[in-house]
Amino acid sequence: MSDNITAVVDYGVGNLFSLSSSLKAVGANAVITSDKEVIKASARVILPGVGAFADAYAKLCKAGLDALLSDCAGDGKPILGICLGMQLLFEKSYEYGCHRGLGLIPGEVVPLKGRIDVGLKVPHIGWNKLKYKSEEPAFKYISGTAYAYYVHSYFAETDERYITAVSEYGVSVTGAVRNGNVVGMQYHPEKSGDTGLLMLKAFCEEV
Amino acid sequence: MITKRIIPCLDVRDGRVVKGTNFENVKDVADPVEMARFYNKSGADELVFYDITATFDGRRIFTDVLKRVAGEVFIPLTVGGGINGLDDFDRVLKCGADKVSVNSGAVKNPRLIEDAAKLYGDQCVVLSMDVKRVGGKFHVFTRGGRDDIGIDAIEWAKAGEERGAGELVVNSIDTDGVRRGFDIEMLSAIAQVTSVPIIASGGAGNMRHFAELFKALPKVDAGLAAGIFHSGVVTIPSLKQYLSENGIEMRM
Repeated sequence: MSDNITAVVDYGVGNLFSLSSSLKAVGANAVITSDKEVIKASARVILPGVGAFADAYAKLCKAGLDALLSDCAGDGKPILGICLGMQLLFEKSYEYGCHRGLGLIPGEVVPLKGRIDVGLKVPHIGWNKLKYKSEEPAFKYISGTAYAYYVHSYFAETDERYITAVSEYGVSVTGAVRNGNVVGMQYHPEKSGDTGLLMLKAFCEEV
Repeated sequence: MITKRIIPCLDVRDGRVVKGTNFENVKDVADPVEMARFYNKSGADELVFYDITATFDGRRIFTDVLKRVAGEVFIPLTVGGGINGLDDFDRVLKCGADKVSVNSGAVKNPRLIEDAAKLYGDQCVVLSMDVKRVGGKFHVFTRGGRDDIGIDAIEWAKAGEERGAGELVVNSIDTDGVRRGFDIEMLSAIAQVTSVPIIASGGAGNMRHFAELFKALPKVDAGLAAGIFHSGVVTIPSLKQYLSENGIEMRM
């Protein structure tokens, strides 16, 4: 665990400028990397991602990071998936077909379309209120009403016990999840103002 | 449910905010980074930056400013001005922009919308349009509202959405700067034919105007303004408080 490093996995999916800036802002020692040794030696891992599920998962596998992330999860290393990065933590996704995911959290990723009122726009973009479990360690600095910034068209369906936060958008949209040391946030903490920064700060204190 | 958004717009020329006035507790009112910080603290839901320089140097300074803002303000940032190709998208996204707004560049080359949407996703592409009444019709104007290019605004909004724009910023030249309220008539005509989020711009003079906008047009997602926020005529905390008391969901 050299220097309490938070490894941000860079696998060619999306832009990491805001995420790395926000981690810097909360005082984390963050390193953007695709280097397996760096990830292995890190204290915790963040898996970001925007774009399409299948493409992102293929890129992870191509870089040999799928097995590595499973090993990290098995070793008890804290892992945080953000947005598409969270969706990749689940067993499968129905985005353009049916695709396998990392399977670190039981459940599957399904489209909002068809599950919400046709009058509601997809993607679900904007600030939405969080209904959250206050005992969740990632929310230890959050109190009172909290809003998070979402941009997504698919969401995770999983057992109640893994869900730590939801937002209402026609259905109860899974906002955040936890399975032991594996955490996921559908919204973008790096774009959710002070609320998001406090969540990142809390995660970067997990060991 | 999703909250309505309140969005201040900052026009930046040579690294300075144009029209910056009167801020309490802000030393340099023309410094975009100071202003972004101020608006973030005030509860702005998103910031829009328009690059209104045309020179190479000005552009470089702008991206520099953007990087500094994105390095410390963690809310969604939309960037526009001088976006004519995918390389411009790339340039501002790398500096921390979340969404890129195209205007004249998309009129000149409508394919830019779909190319960018394919590459970066619909949610990243904002079609911004300046609209003015001409002979009983709504026309799109380019070059900062100077040129009537003879395109029907309703058709252009529809086409923009079909090509993959994830959001529309609709600015009324007729009401812009007049401060007598948003152009509900024109916005309504556009809202009727589109289903992506609409950001209304032009005409806000007081808090009531925002309430009128959101009540008259439930399909409008956000209200954008510059002058009234910069001058302090309307402050964001009191605006959000007011709208919330009037039954409009806000991030408080």
